[in-house]
Amino acid sequence: MIPLSWYMALAVVLFFIGVCGFLTRRNVIVMFLSIELMLNGVNLNLVALSHFLESLRGQTFTFFIITVAAAEAAIGLGIAIALYRSRRTVHVDTLNQLKG
Amino acid sequence: MFDQLFFGYCALMIIISGILAISLRNPVHCVLMVLVLFFHMAGLYLTLQAEFLAAVQIIVYAGAVLVLYLFVLFLVSIRQELHLDAFIPNPWIGRIIAVGLGAGLLYVIPAFTLGEKGAWPQAAIKELTHTKALGQELFTTALLPFEIAGLILLVALIGGLVLARREDTEPLESEEIPNPASDAHGKGQEVAS
Repeated sequence: MIPLSWYMALAVVLFFIGVCGFLTRRNVIVMFLSIELMLNGVNLNLVALSHFLESLRGQTFTFFIITVAAAEAAIGLGIAIALYRSRRTVHVDTLNQLKG
Repeated sequence: MFDQLFFGYCALMIIISGILAISLRNPVHCVLMVLVLFFHMAGLYLTLQAEFLAAVQIIVYAGAVLVLYLFVLFLVSIRQELHLDAFIPNPWIGRIIAVGLGAGLLYVIPAFTLGEKGAWPQAAIKELTHTKALGQELFTTALLPFEIAGLILLVALIGGLVLARREDTEPLESEEIPNPASDAHGKGQEVAS
């Protein structure tokens, strides 16, 4: 039997990797991938808690998170394509028109 | 014992491929590393007796979302390595923020205590099979969120279409008298380009 704290620690590490990637990478698509990593960390936490709490609510929530993640990927990548079409780049450092 | 070994293997692969996914230079390699990570996440779901979610993880995440990422990556791929002035010059700022967040979260984990048990003990799920149990939960207590999730997917579908649509601004095309042949030709060009 695997203790719950192992799953939670792994979820925290996964979330940390996602945050680190989001803050350090400069390619929009890799930043979206980092968001997916963070969502997966949360999903792991929810599924583990739902297993140990003997409830299916967490797994239902995970199901909805996967739905929203798919929608987010579709919209975000659409934005990336639109961005590439107008600016010829997907690097966030070149998108600084609002900088004073 | 086997459970713990399997968990250790999955955790190790998840951490290694996660770190590689955010540190490799080539975005295609990043996506492939995330693919490895998703497969091991599905393995972890199996250790938690969530077979349906493991299947969904592989089918939806690995099968659909990552393929979408790869498509977009090939669509906007930039060959040359860019050397730009960074907006925030030092990447260590981001790393320190992330490490602080992770350390804080790890620090509070031991303080966590489980709440009340729910209505689905493992034996009941095993007897009913996981897919059926999840379906019952989904279509009774979570029916309205399920419908809203469908609406969100519809919005995402339309939004993706609108965002990725090519803006036809050339005056020649808009002034042309629309006839089916040229329309089909135009669409063919659009798909090809």
